[in-house]
Amino acid sequence: MTVQLDARPPVVPAPARSSGRLSRLDTRLSPYLYIAPFFLLFAVFGVYPLAYTFWVSLHDWDLLGADHPFVGAENYTRLLADADFWHALVNTLGIFVISTVPQLLAALWLANLLNRGLRARTGWRMAVLVPNVTSTAAVAIVFGVIFGREFGMINWLLDLVGLDAIGWKSNRFASWVAISAMVDWRWTGYNALILLAAMQAIPRDLYESASIDGANRARQFWSITVPLLKPTIIFCAIIATIGGLQLFTEPRLFHSGTNPIRGGPMRESQTLTMYMFENAFAPHYNFGYGSAVAWLLFALIAIVAAVNVLLLRRLGGSDRHRKGTAR
Amino acid sequence: MAVFPRRRLAAMAFVAATALLVTAGCGGDDEGGDGPVTLTVDVFGQFGYEQLYQEYMAANPDVKIVERGTGTNLDEYSPKLTQWLAAGRGAGDVVAIEEGLLVEYKANPANFVNLLDHGAADLKGNFLEWKWNAGLTADGKQLIGLGTDVGGIAICYRKDLFSKAGLPTERDEVSKLWPTWPDYIATGERFTAAKTGASFLDAATNTFNTILLQTAGNTTGYSYYDTSGNLVVDSNPSVRQAWDTTMDIIDSGLSGKYGSWSEEWVSAFKQSKFATIACPAWMTGVIEANAGTAAQGKWDIARVPGNGGNWGGSHLAVPKQSKHQAEAIALAKFLTSAKGQIGAFKAKGPLPSSPQALDDPAITGATNAYFSGAPVGAIFGTGAKSLKPVYMGPKNQAVRTEVENAVRTVELGQRSPAQGWTDAVSNAKKAAAK
Repeated sequence: MTVQLDARPPVVPAPARSSGRLSRLDTRLSPYLYIAPFFLLFAVFGVYPLAYTFWVSLHDWDLLGADHPFVGAENYTRLLADADFWHALVNTLGIFVISTVPQLLAALWLANLLNRGLRARTGWRMAVLVPNVTSTAAVAIVFGVIFGREFGMINWLLDLVGLDAIGWKSNRFASWVAISAMVDWRWTGYNALILLAAMQAIPRDLYESASIDGANRARQFWSITVPLLKPTIIFCAIIATIGGLQLFTEPRLFHSGTNPIRGGPMRESQTLTMYMFENAFAPHYNFGYGSAVAWLLFALIAIVAAVNVLLLRRLGGSDRHRKGTAR
Repeated sequence: MAVFPRRRLAAMAFVAATALLVTAGCGGDDEGGDGPVTLTVDVFGQFGYEQLYQEYMAANPDVKIVERGTGTNLDEYSPKLTQWLAAGRGAGDVVAIEEGLLVEYKANPANFVNLLDHGAADLKGNFLEWKWNAGLTADGKQLIGLGTDVGGIAICYRKDLFSKAGLPTERDEVSKLWPTWPDYIATGERFTAAKTGASFLDAATNTFNTILLQTAGNTTGYSYYDTSGNLVVDSNPSVRQAWDTTMDIIDSGLSGKYGSWSEEWVSAFKQSKFATIACPAWMTGVIEANAGTAAQGKWDIARVPGNGGNWGGSHLAVPKQSKHQAEAIALAKFLTSAKGQIGAFKAKGPLPSSPQALDDPAITGATNAYFSGAPVGAIFGTGAKSLKPVYMGPKNQAVRTEVENAVRTVELGQRSPAQGWTDAVSNAKKAAAK
């Protein structure tokens, strides 16, 4: 679009009354008009599916069936008593924890390294983001092969050093580790860049006075860098939570063969979203039950997000307090 | 209206454009009108239709055929088909339905064109009787699909690995090694003792299904569900018998544990990591695709232990949502005709379900160069007409998944055979109730 530079002489104002009404209408309505596209899209692709999913979850809804009898909360009560649901929940939280903790630590360490005076600094900083722009599906398939039981590279390396092969896809904890490795490979660089940006906002003079007081690099890192990064670390944690609780592509494509949606023969790495898919689509086609899983997942994310917000408030509050007294 | 500044007009135009974009994104009907009709055919695995499409398009210049899904496995294909049917759009004009899923689709016949309304009744004689009946709804008033193939069973084996292990390699002699499943296991133990670096068979799950369908076909006539639709996984002796035989196979250490249809399974084909595989007629095409040209002439086909059996086979149906039903029905009739079935068999090996095709010299005399010139027509075709069908219940696929997963857990050493059986029964019941 061309930039509109209005170089014409000022327009003669129209008769005061109509102009006034129009401009009043304009100031009152046009803000809504500007934000309308977002809310229109959100209503179509956000609110409507949410509400519809809830409606579906109250019915016995066979995906192909013609009748969908109303069953009230039955899907939910059945789900709460469903061992496979809780199993998937534990898997999701387990993968979330063992992927997020090392991920944020590694990101912090990487950011700290990138914050030093390196040669070709921009090159290094861009390089850490490369895994993030590769397609998740490609990553998952490659990792699925690397972690293969018999033809995988990891087990081959283990064999070279004389260790027993690990059933990466049929051992519950091992599959969590493999999937976490995938998640970390993709997201560590992204978090490192965000932390790096925050690090650069820390005033240099803090470090200078610390050096004068005789604090070494490690001491400076833990006593200055990390405390001042807290809000950013929490932001990264929230982003990781949202992604972690909805993890689907990585574990789904990690498994191949018959019915990979189970995440292994004994559901070793089946996440909640996979369990939702298994019920709503193949092989059960129970749309109502799958929708109930979706809503419980929604509730879970809401709870975790609320905990995050509370933590953030407390930390943010104490921060402000500290700054206030310092001034 | 001169007062209305341009900026604001631009903003309104933007809003309008966005709204237009949203609505345009939701509609996509571009077909209709005259001109050539494009028919989409949805399949999975290897149907072997490419040559037939060419022929059909040459004879019907106003029809263009696009195929989707060759090479995908059933677990990827069938959820997509179900979603398309549920959404009322997206499905092909002709869709393949596998026998294990047919009952589920038949439960909602409104999704499909009743082929009996389109002159299909005259074709009844072109199909084996049970194959024809399988396409009919329970009340017999609607024909959902026309039969494509049946899955006569054999054992495909690697001659080079057999000779390495000091076993006979000629197909007749190999067949004599295993009149029964215990003989097959004994041969496997001999093979394993020779330490060739390969396993005797690929994975226990496919073998389990083969034994189950054979046993069920020879005795009860049903597997996980009885013919009234009750789940009988723990009371049907066929299921238990197949389970026990499979446990013996696992106990003897014959399985390579390459999970069927996984990446590892495909790699194992390429690296010659197993010597035998349960081989329904359609599997020959899968083997050829997976093992590649490097293994040409190293494979051969022997008879299956025990007595016959049928695994798999599909129907072609026309969804009601198709915009070109008449043309789609004509194409489905062509592909399932004796001529079409012979063409598919020659291309990828699915065994015809048409008695005329089965009697045709093109089938009875057919050999397969990839499998060392094995007389596939005689091996799979003999007995095809006397195949006894196995009834598949409403949630057959979901139940089968649970039971085969239990087999897999035992194979991987995660569960003892007894625990595995308990899992199989309880998980199957749970799946059936969903």
